[in-house]
Amino acid sequence: MAWDRNQMAARAAQELQDGWYVNLGIGIPTLVANYIPEGVHVTLQSENGMLGIGPFPYEGEEDPDLINAGKQTVTELPQTAYFDSAESFAMIRGGKIAMAILGAMEVAENGDLANWMIPGKLVKGMGGAMDLVAGVGRVVVVMDHTSKHGESKVLKACTLPLTGQKVVNRIITNLGVLDVVEGGLKIVELADGVSEAELRAATEATIVG
Amino acid sequence: MKKVYASADAALDGLLKDGMLIAAGGFGLCGIPELLIEAILKAGTKDLTVVSNNCGVDGFGLGKLLDTRQIRKMVSSYVGENAEFMRQYLSGELELEFNPQGTLAERMRAGGAGIPGFYTRTGVGTVIAEGKDHKDFDGETYILERGIVADLSIVKGWKADESGNVVFRKTARNFNVPAAKCGRICVCEVEEIVPTGSLDPDAIHLPGIYVHRLVQGEHEKRIEQRTTRKKEAV
Repeated sequence: MAWDRNQMAARAAQELQDGWYVNLGIGIPTLVANYIPEGVHVTLQSENGMLGIGPFPYEGEEDPDLINAGKQTVTELPQTAYFDSAESFAMIRGGKIAMAILGAMEVAENGDLANWMIPGKLVKGMGGAMDLVAGVGRVVVVMDHTSKHGESKVLKACTLPLTGQKVVNRIITNLGVLDVVEGGLKIVELADGVSEAELRAATEATIVG
Repeated sequence: MKKVYASADAALDGLLKDGMLIAAGGFGLCGIPELLIEAILKAGTKDLTVVSNNCGVDGFGLGKLLDTRQIRKMVSSYVGENAEFMRQYLSGELELEFNPQGTLAERMRAGGAGIPGFYTRTGVGTVIAEGKDHKDFDGETYILERGIVADLSIVKGWKADESGNVVFRKTARNFNVPAAKCGRICVCEVEEIVPTGSLDPDAIHLPGIYVHRLVQGEHEKRIEQRTTRKKEAV
């Protein structure tokens, strides 16, 4: 037993606070928008130049001029504003975005994050991730705790090229929630049906406390 | 001086040179200058360095210029789902300079604003920072990034007036504004050219001073990820 993609997204949505401007990454982080708690009003930023992302359009109403950063067709809301890419990253770099929720390939116990390439194999590019982790108030990573081969993705040190150094605040995985603290990671919460021993066994990083 | 040209080919006449640096607007396939890319394809200009967030997709947008090997080097933030882009890069056929997306946008904005360099926290402690000047300000470390000035900018707007004032539509604005500003010459394609005086001067996204040549045309505007929801039964 552990959390599935939607449960991870729902748990990540609990991180949102009323009034925040938030950037959601591609993949599971995008699903967070489906679980925003009642009474919490957040404005989602899309780094391609939009504040106030609405739901997917109805079939037949897709607009090629209206996409999110994952290149998916979306819609606008009454509070939506559009702007260019330089303006978009001015608000990111300038610390106006309260939180970013991002996917990851690896996270280290000191908060290092790797999520943009595997040398010689896979080149995705960092897109806006390096700017986001360097600029936003709080960085939450949502990812599977282990790789397809069962290897821990929560490490003492990242092996892949970094997206940012000491940038991650909280890690939400299928096994639970961990915070980056002095000396390592602290267990905040266990996923349904997951024991502390199981989480520790799947974690290469130092767990403190 | 007349800014309006009859075709994309005419709008680029005399501007293309092998080995030149071109800045292109667009994000993914949204707001890309598809007519001007097609004209560069036809012209056969080669050894290009192209500064653009993405490189289109396989067989569309800037991806077409990868297929014909007209691009020597890309400066981009995302290779993403473009298989030919990744293949050419991993095999060493294409040079690729990765820039974080915000750094790329600001390099263009700065270049167009006469700012040769700026400091940013983005990329500190990563491969992006290697070989770049580091400087501490108020206890934080920053790296020096250079402004970009391109030989030519190719961008896509929604409407322009004959004076070159441009209005964009929704998220198709993206990199088009900073890309336009960083070019020594900027050619802009739009869906409609309207008479000067018919756009609201308070609502201009890109003032005509940045736009040297204009062309109107039909756009395919391909959608990369068509995501929809079903209408609930009433």
